Amino acid sequence: MSGSRSSVRAQGDQTVRIGLAYGLIAVALLLVGAYIGWNYMLSILLFCIVSAIMSLGVNIQWGYAGLFNAGIMGFTALGGLTAVLVTYAPVNEAWAAAGIWPWAFFASMLISILIGVVALRILPKGNNRLWVVGLIAFVGFFVSRWFYFQATPLIEAVNPAGTGFLGGLGIYDWPILSLIPGWALIGSLIVFLLGGVVAAGAAFLIGKLTLGLRADYLAIATLGISEIVIFFLKNEEWLTRGVKNVTTLPRPITQPVDLIEAAWFQNFVNGWFGGVYTDEQLRSAASLVVKLGYVALFSLVLLVIFILAQRALNSPWGRMMRAIRDNEVSANAMGKNIVGRHLEVFVLGSAVVGIAGAMLTTVVGQFTPTEYIPLRFTFLIWVMVIVGGSGNNFGSVFGGFLIWFVWILAEPIGGAFMDWATTSAIFFVLPSIQDLNATLAQHLVDVAPQIRLMLMGIVLLLVLRFSPSGILPEVVPGRVSK
Amino acid sequence: MENFLNALIWLTNFSILPAITYGSQLALGALGITLVFSILRFGNFAHGETMSIGTAFTILFMWLLWRLGGDLFPISLGPIPIPTALIALIPGLVVTALVVLLTDMIVYRYYRKQRVTPTMMTIVSVGVMFFYAGLVRFIIGTGDQAVSDLSRSEKFITKAGDLKKWARGTEDFTWIKEGIGLQWTQAYTVIIVIVLVALLFWFLNKTRTGKSMRAYSDNEDLALLSGINPDRVVLVTWLIGGSLAVVAGVLFGMDKSFKPFTYFQLLLPMFAAAIVGGIGQPVGAIVGGYIVAFSEILLTTNAKKIWNYVAPSDLDVTGNLQLLSTDYKFAVSFIILVLVLLVRPTGIFKGKVI
Repeated sequence: MSGSRSSVRAQGDQTVRIGLAYGLIAVALLLVGAYIGWNYMLSILLFCIVSAIMSLGVNIQWGYAGLFNAGIMGFTALGGLTAVLVTYAPVNEAWAAAGIWPWAFFASMLISILIGVVALRILPKGNNRLWVVGLIAFVGFFVSRWFYFQATPLIEAVNPAGTGFLGGLGIYDWPILSLIPGWALIGSLIVFLLGGVVAAGAAFLIGKLTLGLRADYLAIATLGISEIVIFFLKNEEWLTRGVKNVTTLPRPITQPVDLIEAAWFQNFVNGWFGGVYTDEQLRSAASLVVKLGYVALFSLVLLVIFILAQRALNSPWGRMMRAIRDNEVSANAMGKNIVGRHLEVFVLGSAVVGIAGAMLTTVVGQFTPTEYIPLRFTFLIWVMVIVGGSGNNFGSVFGGFLIWFVWILAEPIGGAFMDWATTSAIFFVLPSIQDLNATLAQHLVDVAPQIRLMLMGIVLLLVLRFSPSGILPEVVPGRVSK
Repeated sequence: MENFLNALIWLTNFSILPAITYGSQLALGALGITLVFSILRFGNFAHGETMSIGTAFTILFMWLLWRLGGDLFPISLGPIPIPTALIALIPGLVVTALVVLLTDMIVYRYYRKQRVTPTMMTIVSVGVMFFYAGLVRFIIGTGDQAVSDLSRSEKFITKAGDLKKWARGTEDFTWIKEGIGLQWTQAYTVIIVIVLVALLFWFLNKTRTGKSMRAYSDNEDLALLSGINPDRVVLVTWLIGGSLAVVAGVLFGMDKSFKPFTYFQLLLPMFAAAIVGGIGQPVGAIVGGYIVAFSEILLTTNAKKIWNYVAPSDLDVTGNLQLLSTDYKFAVSFIILVLVLLVRPTGIFKGKVI
């Protein structure tokens, strides 16, 4: 009796907390909009949504099942790569120049993997099998590597300053399909989904290899994998242009510059401003409308993923996951396949992260492998999940919004503070180091953005210390909350 | 035979010497990780940033010395030049020790008393990592900083050309076509690592505190029952682990250069080294460091020259004979890590699985 009553109270408590937390975010965003600008606010909001999806993905792994995945960055980047490969128009000259070689490379790789797998299945267990499969892998590696070395210089030589890679599928411009009204939007949803599928595929392979390791070993292994993924993206120029970056990705929503030309838009703005407006206002309005379009698209994705995640959490599957998380031994004794379930949840969570990665690259419109650094793309997401409340999807979304908001605003605020501090009197009190002052002041202004790293560390440590279950703690139906 | 020796000289110059140096640096880092892992019982993600902080402070002190000393630095003892960073290392160590101990007092101690899970501790160390990362970048910026201040003429003990020049002047050794360049920083690295490791082993095996640390690592409850003061053990662990990290960081910086992000990336090879050797096994951490370093460097060596020396001359190659491109050296430590975790999770020297 009392258990169910306090559970009801916990639910009510939770609702109030959720209301307060989301109200806080709304107020903060509105304030930014009113005082700094609505365009700026919408950019923050877009990235907040993407961060929220990423932190949902991590929450699925950590909050539901207790898997410590420190390789978020890798899955994000794979999602981004997928967005490039699906939307960028194919570089036909490169395909023509490379001729048969890329196909030979792909084929030789596939064939050697197939032969290897078949050999693994057919041959009886034992030392011989290991040697045979090893030999197949070795030969396959060198054969495909030879084809690779034939293909890559040819591809990379084609217009290296502009393309120099194979390009992608150019999905937005496909014949017939592009006649469907709103195809670009549908296409972008397909792109996001594919980003998730690619990340899920990678997660499956990685999970097969590393799951079953202890939690912090898993963290180290996944951290390593994500670094390798980034090295791969930086170096395989034929696929990604490497550090030359893929800019000018096709967009699902018209760019502001094109929107300004559209007659309907000019009419709309004309009506809005009552006929009197400047060019500046027109451009700003166009940018606003485009961003609102992205916000709508991204909110839709967030909503769908959130509902699915919430349903999964409250399903028997979710209960099983929590049981495994809280006590692996008993769950195992109840006949649950721990490693299998872990693989499942690892793949699902990574897929969500991959979707977010594809969205990120789509909205930024460029793919820059060097921008993927673990502090920003792995550990910041972790801060979001833990600060928001692990195991609670409302909390993860809130954490995504809150932490991104703090992260992005800490930079200008820190900079402004440093500007103030270095120009005000306090720095010129010590005449003996006067010659140092100018250098020191310049240095402080330069490094001001780094304050936010310290800030994130402090926020994470404070939450872990004083509210270890996060701002919106996990609520398990039927359990008395402490 | 002569071709073979030439190949060997080439390999020594381009792979073996760098691998020994890099392996020594990794070994020091891995020792810190393995100590924290076995005594405090968690994987310390902030270890790379500890290296980074210590090196940053050392660089600051080095700059201070330059400013105070004018043209005095780098000083040299007779023919032996001493990089200023090695002098600045001493105050750098003191400051880092303070930082590490303060961190333990403010952050880790609370969770240790709560007896939280190792995973939780690792997440706490992520918070510390963030803070350290911000602090380092705040103090010294994100760019590249030179740590060694030896000029080009002072840098080498023997230059690659020296051997060839000497060989040309002799009767019997004119076949030598390759040279070996040995740098002072490489020599310093190896000597310092040998001294430190010897000291560490003497400390762990002969002194009371060292023995109590090993006891605490083997069985915490038993150690506590026999009256070992856990706070003291923890304090000494942080001091040793942090100091080794700083020395490793400064040596790495002298060898290459200091850049905060590079130091973060050293985390993976250091963890790989600690796990390959077996967690809690100092010998293992050292062996692991060299295993990781040698595999990374040998697998990414371009063996074209060796092949051309050793193979019959009509089989000469002009392209690359490289198993992996240099950019994938991290993949090597990762593969070693995963292989060991799958095949022998306790590592080579039967470490513990916490």
